[in-house]
Amino acid sequence: MATIILFAPLIGALICGFGWRLIGERAGQVITTALVFLAAALSWQIFLTFDSETQHITLMRWIESGTMGSEWAIRLDRLTAIMLVVVNSVSALVHLYSFGYMAHDHHWHEGEHYKARFFAYLSFFTFSMLMLVTSDNLVQMFFGWEGVGVASYLLIGFYYRKASANAAAMKALLVNRVGDFGFALGIFALFYLTDSIRFDDVFAAAPALAETNLTFLWGEWNAANLVGVLLFIGAMGKSAQLFLHTWLPDAMEGPTPVSALIHAATMVTAGVFLVCRMSPVYEYAPQALAFITVLGACTAFVAATIGLVQNDIKRVIAYSTMSQLGYMFVAAGVGVYSVAMFHLFTHAFFKAMLFLGAGSVIHATHHEQDMRNYGGLRKKIPLTFYAMLIGTLAITGVGIPLTHYGFAGFLSKDAVIESAWVGSGFAFWLLVVAACFTSFYSWRLMFLTFFGESRAHGHDAHGHGHDAHGHGHDDHDHGHHEPHESPMVMLIPLGVLALGAVFSGMLWYKVFFGEETAVRDWFGMEQVAHGEAHTETAAEAGTEAAPAETATTEAAPAEPAATEGTAVATEAAPAEEHSEGHAAGVAPKGAILMLPFTPEEQAVVDTRLDAEKAANSEHAPTTIINAAHLVPTWVKVSPFVAMLIGFAIAWLFYIKDPSLPRRLAAQQRPLYLFLLNKWYFDELYDVIFVRPAKWLGNFLWKKGDGNVIDGSLNGVAMGIIPFFTRLAGRAQSGYLFHYAFAMVLGIVVLVTWMTLFGGAK
Amino acid sequence: MENQLLSIITFLPLVAAVILALFMRGDDPAARQGAKWLALFTTTATFVISLFILFRFDASNTGFQFVEERTWILGLTYKMGVDGISILFVMLTTFLMPITIWSCWGVETRVKEYMIAFLVLETLMLGVFCALDLVLFYLFFEAGLIPMFLIIGIWGGKDRIYAAFKFFLYTFLGSVLMLVAMIAMYLDAGTTDIVQLLAHEFGSETFSVLGFQVVGGLQTMLFLAFFASFAVKMPMWPVHTWLPDAHVQAPTAGSVVLAAILLKMGGYGFLRFSLPMFPVGSDVMAPLVLWMSAIAIVYTSLVALAQTDMKKLIAYSSVAHMGYVTMGIFAANQQGIDGAIFQMLSHGFISGALFLCVGVIYDRMHTREIDAYGGLVNRMPAYALVFMFFTMANVGLPGTSGFVGEFLTLMGIFQVNTWVAAVAATGVILSAGYALWLYRRVVFGDLIKEALKSITDMDRREKAIFAPLIAMTLILGVYPSLVTDIIGPSVSALVTDYQAALPADDAAVALNEGHSE
Repeated sequence: MATIILFAPLIGALICGFGWRLIGERAGQVITTALVFLAAALSWQIFLTFDSETQHITLMRWIESGTMGSEWAIRLDRLTAIMLVVVNSVSALVHLYSFGYMAHDHHWHEGEHYKARFFAYLSFFTFSMLMLVTSDNLVQMFFGWEGVGVASYLLIGFYYRKASANAAAMKALLVNRVGDFGFALGIFALFYLTDSIRFDDVFAAAPALAETNLTFLWGEWNAANLVGVLLFIGAMGKSAQLFLHTWLPDAMEGPTPVSALIHAATMVTAGVFLVCRMSPVYEYAPQALAFITVLGACTAFVAATIGLVQNDIKRVIAYSTMSQLGYMFVAAGVGVYSVAMFHLFTHAFFKAMLFLGAGSVIHATHHEQDMRNYGGLRKKIPLTFYAMLIGTLAITGVGIPLTHYGFAGFLSKDAVIESAWVGSGFAFWLLVVAACFTSFYSWRLMFLTFFGESRAHGHDAHGHGHDAHGHGHDDHDHGHHEPHESPMVMLIPLGVLALGAVFSGMLWYKVFFGEETAVRDWFGMEQVAHGEAHTETAAEAGTEAAPAETATTEAAPAEPAATEGTAVATEAAPAEEHSEGHAAGVAPKGAILMLPFTPEEQAVVDTRLDAEKAANSEHAPTTIINAAHLVPTWVKVSPFVAMLIGFAIAWLFYIKDPSLPRRLAAQQRPLYLFLLNKWYFDELYDVIFVRPAKWLGNFLWKKGDGNVIDGSLNGVAMGIIPFFTRLAGRAQSGYLFHYAFAMVLGIVVLVTWMTLFGGAK
Repeated sequence: MENQLLSIITFLPLVAAVILALFMRGDDPAARQGAKWLALFTTTATFVISLFILFRFDASNTGFQFVEERTWILGLTYKMGVDGISILFVMLTTFLMPITIWSCWGVETRVKEYMIAFLVLETLMLGVFCALDLVLFYLFFEAGLIPMFLIIGIWGGKDRIYAAFKFFLYTFLGSVLMLVAMIAMYLDAGTTDIVQLLAHEFGSETFSVLGFQVVGGLQTMLFLAFFASFAVKMPMWPVHTWLPDAHVQAPTAGSVVLAAILLKMGGYGFLRFSLPMFPVGSDVMAPLVLWMSAIAIVYTSLVALAQTDMKKLIAYSSVAHMGYVTMGIFAANQQGIDGAIFQMLSHGFISGALFLCVGVIYDRMHTREIDAYGGLVNRMPAYALVFMFFTMANVGLPGTSGFVGEFLTLMGIFQVNTWVAAVAATGVILSAGYALWLYRRVVFGDLIKEALKSITDMDRREKAIFAPLIAMTLILGVYPSLVTDIIGPSVSALVTDYQAALPADDAAVALNEGHSE
């Protein structure tokens, strides 16, 4: 079944991409959409019935060289199941939505065929993404990784006549390649260390990595941390984390359905997926995790600040995506991979919906994207408004504090923030501030777009411009210039996603961030025997034996009768048992790995928790997921308060006193410009990387190749060449040719003759 | 019969060339067409026969197969044979020649001679890959220069004479040293039989020349002499400058053969001679070669960024890709060498196809200036697709053959030297930079240049030429075991012998000891 899910989109892409001339564009669209819907339906079936046992399905051999072996294979575990649902559901809905959105596109001349190409690209993207999430080894993952990169490149540059779209497409691929550079080095390092690139082998060797040092470039590094950081560089590129994020806002040049699918719900979350997938390695790489936490938090904050002042509706949402990805990385960085996946899961629904909603707005206003030219659209496009409202409530995290009732974002984002408090105070504070900003820019978007008076001044001229491009023949109301509600094919996906944005948090809260046993069950992890671990930890607090003890008990339930079972009782053995169990080379069970705290970590964590709650809790805070439930109440409420503050300021700025933002911007001009220009990252990179590269290329060519190499090597030759050149002047008359040819022929005839008649030995 | 198969495929094109030269008269269209058809037929037949060899080839046998040995003039021996390392180069040659011939269907000047040149060239190239005798190898290796020199010098662009002589002198000067080394080898081992030379152990005691300590002794000297020739052929930085000039001036088909096959002779030479015959010398010089490769990748990629001529850009990209090859070879482990061979084969398809891509629009517009194009996708969708495919293959997209070679060579080198690996891996970023930028300037954008408004898309013949190249690039990218199964055992044997031949403490012998003391 997984095989069908994997290849259905590819088949669709091929039929539609190459066969549309035979079967017609419409048929191509229908086939791709139907196949992705099929994949989505099967994905849900797997997701809901999956028994959490990891399955491996080998399809074909791939790159093999010496001890390096890799296959085309499917790994089916809980992580894969989650991603299958996310990818296929959003993709199916985006396919459907695109029927409406791409029906009439002013970028193309009349009679030009672009729809089949668009749908083929979408399906190809879906296939690549599925390859990424189902891979059973790092190289196949890299295939998917680069595949989605190319699909993204093609789709961002879909309007290939637009110079800005082409530039954005190239930038996306190049920046991603910088990340891939790190990813690839990470794979090489892993192969060097573990002699395999299959996940299970790597995971089995992970504990040993933590004790290995590797000489890499100028220094000696801890192998696990080094691998962790290198792989994370790959994740940074794909998930638009700080320093490698500049491509994401530009990627909004692509058609809006693309932004929803690739640059919000699926591809950009691949980095988070990678970190979660590699959790058995990251669990032994504390410094790499700390790095991820800090960078994730900074990204969440920086992106949110930029989002505050952007005017393009899609760019606001793009920065919002980047910021939310930062949240996910913080969750992964502090070690609650299940929460990272939770936020990924809910975010896919509400962010895809926000984008599709934005697309509906853009569609309604005839491709106007500047929010300053919106206003008062609530009454004109009410259904879109309600969808966007749900999305906004979800992303800002509206719910009933201290309960588990609320929109999807409320549950998942609060889970992230609570976990962050346990793992890193720095990340916690940045995330809370970012939550306030999130609320502000999301409501700013709503207020500017749907409330107040219409500010669509240049609208008529704009609309006419499009009509000239062939909008006039439309069968629906593009003809007059009132904003109009989108067709049903666009509204239905919005509705479905709205359901997800409302309920997905509440429905799956338990398995992502509920009781630890439930989470471990769901991800197929081995249970930690809490009662024992707790008493041991209490008794041995701060001693070396404690963590090893818990680690051993973690393995115990699998084979209660085995020797490990006895190790629980004997105090002396656990440390050796611990290392032995892993040296045997068995990958930990389950889709992710969440180890208990080390004593040092535990000491820090204990000071952060609410002492009273911790004392009364039936589960000891020996793992991050338990600890996160025991944070002080003010920590739990803080994101909600931050959200309220953000909302209040947005209301003040854009409803109560609309002149306030302008005055503030004038007053704080340098800050405003700094934010508006996105912290000047683009300009900085241009000066540091782009220009020097071009200059250096030119320099090496003209001076290096031209003067130095040719100059010196040709110096001698140049004395001879003119002589030959004069001689060769006659080549054109053919003499030289004949001479030379006679020579060659002579040699070869001689060789032949000797071969044939020289006599065998 | 079976033992003569290699001679048959090697000399079949030559026979056709002789027939053309002796019996084909006149220069009317019919004669021209006849010459083309004969060449196409011959090269195709050669390919079919070589397929037969491939099927009969036993990959698990790491020795030479299809060996043919005859006495020859002046006490020399004529000996041919293939092993897991050389067989695929033979296949690459026979596979690409019909495509090359078919791609010059539009040539109308001196067609007969043009065809003869390519046919002779095929014979000489196949000879290089099959020869198992030093003298024979040298003859084929050097003689290959002549038809290529003529192809550039006669059918080339406006500065063809300069380019042809630059090509000839660079490669020829390198070869002179190789000749000296070959004589030395004969004196030392008493034979020119490559099989025996492979078993012969050349002296590796350090001796001093003019006060310089030469670590690795005779082996290092021999290595350097061969290196001079192969490095130019590859070409390696900094002796690569002949290549862009040669490519720019060469006709399309000439560029294809040059990039796809002739460049591989250097890499083949390293694998056939340098590594197995002079392991100690290779080991002493490996750090230098590795750094030259890493510099080549970065340097030429940067230079490619600055190019304004399409062919030059692709030529520089070729040099960068050959950098991965030398890097993989001198990583001297399974992944590195597997990757290097794979990269050479894959580069044969991809760079060949890229030069054909340039040829397609050059035939229409007669310029290679990037600035003269733009927005071709509007009128040439099929061309845009093909060009995109090979651009992506060139930047090493997984799923194409370009990825496998790059990935394996980098994986191989990482185990040896992480600095070189990291520097070389930046080539992954830079290659995407120049390749996509080229594509964007040529194909994307609005079609605003008047001259391009009537440009036509590829015709059937042009599409058919690309079809096999696309197929091979994809097949090898998705199922590379086709290649690695054949080369694996031979490479494994090579690596084992190489490692065994090194003294135990050689790892400590640093490059600078060989020079500065």
